[in-house]
Amino acid sequence: MNLDLTEEQKLIQDTAREFATAELAPVAGELDRGGDQKIFFANLKKLAELGFMGLNVSEEYGGTEAGVIAFSVALTEVARACASTAVTLSVNNMVCEIIQAVGSEAQRQLYIPKICSGEYLAGAFALTESGAGSDPAGMTTTAVQDGDHWVLNGSKIFITSAPYAGVFVVWAVTDKSAPKGKGISCFLVEQHTPGLVIGKKEEKLGQHASATNELLFQNCCIPKDALMGKLNDGFRVAVGELAGGRIGIGSLALGVGLAAMDAASAYSVERKQFGRKIAEFQAIQWKLADCYTDLDAARLLLMNAAFKKEQGRSFGKEASMAKLFASEAANRACYEAMQIFGGYGYTCEFPIERYARDARICSIYEGTSEIQRLIIARDILRGFS
Amino acid sequence: MIFELTEEQKLLRQMVRDFAEAEIAPGVEARDEEERFDRELMYDKLGELGLTGIVFPEQYGGAEADYISYAIAVEELSRVCASTGVTLSAHLSLGANPIYLFGTEEQMQTFLKPLAEGSKMGAFGLTENSAGSDAGGTKTTAVRDGDDWIINGSKIFCTNGGDAEIYIIFARTDKNAQKHHGISAFIIEKDTPGFSFGKKEKKLGIRASPTMELVFENCRIPAGNLLGEEGEGFKVAMKTLDGGRIGIAAQALGIAQGALDAAIGYAKERKQFDKPISSFQAIQFKLADMATEIEAARLLVYQAAYRASAGLSYGQQSAMAKMYASDVAMRVTNEAVQIFGGYGYTREYPVERMMRDAKITQIYEGTNEVQRIVISAALVK
Ligand SMILES: Cc1cc2nc3c(=O)[nH]c(=O)nc-3n(C[C@H](O)[C@H](O)[C@H](O)COP(=O)(O)OP(=O)(O)OC[C@H]3O[C@@H](n4cnc5c(N)ncnc54)[C@H](O)[C@@H]3O)c2cc1C
Ligand SMILES: Cc1cc2nc3c(=O)[nH]c(=O)nc-3n(C[C@H](O)[C@H](O)[C@H](O)COP(=O)(O)OP(=O)(O)OC[C@H]3O[C@@H](n4cnc5c(N)ncnc54)[C@H](O)[C@@H]3O)c2cc1C
Repeated sequence: MNLDLTEEQKLIQDTAREFATAELAPVAGELDRGGDQKIFFANLKKLAELGFMGLNVSEEYGGTEAGVIAFSVALTEVARACASTAVTLSVNNMVCEIIQAVGSEAQRQLYIPKICSGEYLAGAFALTESGAGSDPAGMTTTAVQDGDHWVLNGSKIFITSAPYAGVFVVWAVTDKSAPKGKGISCFLVEQHTPGLVIGKKEEKLGQHASATNELLFQNCCIPKDALMGKLNDGFRVAVGELAGGRIGIGSLALGVGLAAMDAASAYSVERKQFGRKIAEFQAIQWKLADCYTDLDAARLLLMNAAFKKEQGRSFGKEASMAKLFASEAANRACYEAMQIFGGYGYTCEFPIERYARDARICSIYEGTSEIQRLIIARDILRGFS
Repeated sequence: MIFELTEEQKLLRQMVRDFAEAEIAPGVEARDEEERFDRELMYDKLGELGLTGIVFPEQYGGAEADYISYAIAVEELSRVCASTGVTLSAHLSLGANPIYLFGTEEQMQTFLKPLAEGSKMGAFGLTENSAGSDAGGTKTTAVRDGDDWIINGSKIFCTNGGDAEIYIIFARTDKNAQKHHGISAFIIEKDTPGFSFGKKEKKLGIRASPTMELVFENCRIPAGNLLGEEGEGFKVAMKTLDGGRIGIAAQALGIAQGALDAAIGYAKERKQFDKPISSFQAIQFKLADMATEIEAARLLVYQAAYRASAGLSYGQQSAMAKMYASDVAMRVTNEAVQIFGGYGYTREYPVERMMRDAKITQIYEGTNEVQRIVISAALVK
């Protein structure tokens, strides 16, 4: 066992950290409060130029081919500064990877370079529907073949990056009579396609700079070759690719948790009460010890999942464990950090309250903590039956 | 032991609940969003209902009810709107109660009566920039000048600040005395020359409740506004906070109950995998834990309230109640958001607001670390 990052991985981590510190951290608070979206977009472009939109994608398609561990550490660094940027990055990488994994050669050539280069600010992953969240196989959006086209009807909700995504990976029912989950296919839909309507924007607790919208398909007509992967095999793709995405979300959560704890540690050696630095009280020391222990365990779980994926081994359970643990640990860390800041932590003058709001979604999206536990338990029990 | 509310307490609960649901609930999201304190709705009406002086004797404008009734009122208001809950708690426990506990007859007639009747609102300014948990570190000064006191300094994080008419302020009157012994309490009215308001805080939660900086620049007040003995201000503050913790504990309890109610409603309606999510053990057990913790919190809160009314010591019990109820509020609101899934993260449902509101209950009126200090000090003394 070797727990060190390689030189290349370290380089990527350093690059991400430098960029995040110099460019993202100074604007994250402003973007959270509804600041100029152009800044957010400009940073996405710069990140694309740094090669961060396709970290685990082949160079042939404009990717960086740096691997999954590099992806994870880069995302953590970005999330330390701005979770909204990090989630966009995570979804973009996931979309590139899906297209690389199941798309045709033409689809790969057409879309991946655009996301990797920043020509498209984002790609979107459109699975969830109002009635189908944890149970995406319960979706009702349909795709019906009509001559040389597919016609999509229905709606999706909670779609990250929808208003500025260049391409959408969309799941729809193609065989209503098939057993649940067996009649779903995956499509690539370009922005501005007639019949694709960007709907309501969600007002959220956190991650404000990242847009989350409804998507409506109103007789949305896409070419026949917009089908990605095999017909009626889409659900399997979604489930498989979400596992990779979970490494992204876990890494994001870790970054936010670390940002909160680092801020709290710095504060605890500055702030004095009762004539002493509050860091001198065991109550504060214990919080720091517990939270950093949690976060380090999260990091190791993430590295383990990333390593397995990089090795081409099965990694679904590991990714779920990492996402479950990291997201819950990040939440705890943010609230403990706020506690260490006392009343100040509750005000918008310090970034802690933003960290707490940003972290909270991590145990919900890309599969809630309950769904992660379901996946983990199923995998474990398989070994005993 | 009788684990049953009296008829009056039950009637009061029903009355406050009906009022909160009918009048406070509408607009609660907008007031949060706009950081807007609606004085008439969130305070004046509480006066009409007899809540603003609920625990004080009738001769001082009160309703002469017990502390359990007070806790119930704060709980029911907070179940719907935590900002309204803290408005009442800060007014009654922190603004009015120290006058009742330490005031002269004249101060009670002049200041307590209008506060209890609800024609004026109270607030409490103890915390300073560098004196939070360590209130003994107060730097604001009061210097005697003939028949007056002259106050200089500033206070931060004052709930009801700006809107309240009457403020209980702590200032150092003897620089040479030992830390805790040189502080005195004063009653200061809004619009006193030299008393102004500084920054209003932007906050994670309880956004409809104003949190203000108070600034004193050669603010001159009559000697008759000294509350309690000179040099005994720290004691005034600590006694006041003992009672205040019952209010905050009740606030936390109400927030938790509101979140549980919302989560139960949602869990029964929301279907995934063709079943209501309430049919999954993961959700059922969450609800069971939430309800059990809330019940335990409620008993701790009512116990502290009971002891306060029965004339028993209750400092340790109110610290336990505040610490436990606020931790429960955090856990319960967090789980409620989880039960709502992605919807819980949006402003369309109330649980994200409840979670934002819950966090402050672990911090103000003594952080939970300070509560542990209070509790353990009583244990090992
Ligand atoms: C900010 C944000 C961004 C998002 N981005 C995207 C995106 O880009 N693309 C996309 O497709 N989706 C996205 N989502 C959707 C997200 O993935 C879903 O919200 C999530 O999967 C949960 O689904 P739900 O909200 O319908 O909750 P539900 O599925 O209704 O879950 C409600 C509760 O029931 C529990 N539950 C459900 N089923 C079970 C079970 N069998 N056993 C035990 N407990 C169960 C859940 O854990 C949860 O606690 C996003 C959501 C948000 C809020
Ligand atoms: C919304 C809001 C409303 C408020 N309303 C009022 C009000 O109406 N009137 C008023 O006077 N004040 C009010 N406050 C102030 C509040 O009571 C203080 O914020 C609180 O007492 C904590 O003080 P602090 O913020 O200075 O934190 P600090 O005292 O700096 O504490 C920082 C951290 O150190 C810990 N700590 C401190 N000392 C110790 C120790 N000895 N051992 C272990 N840990 C320790 C704390 O628990 C905390 O985790 C309000 C605050 C807020 C945010």
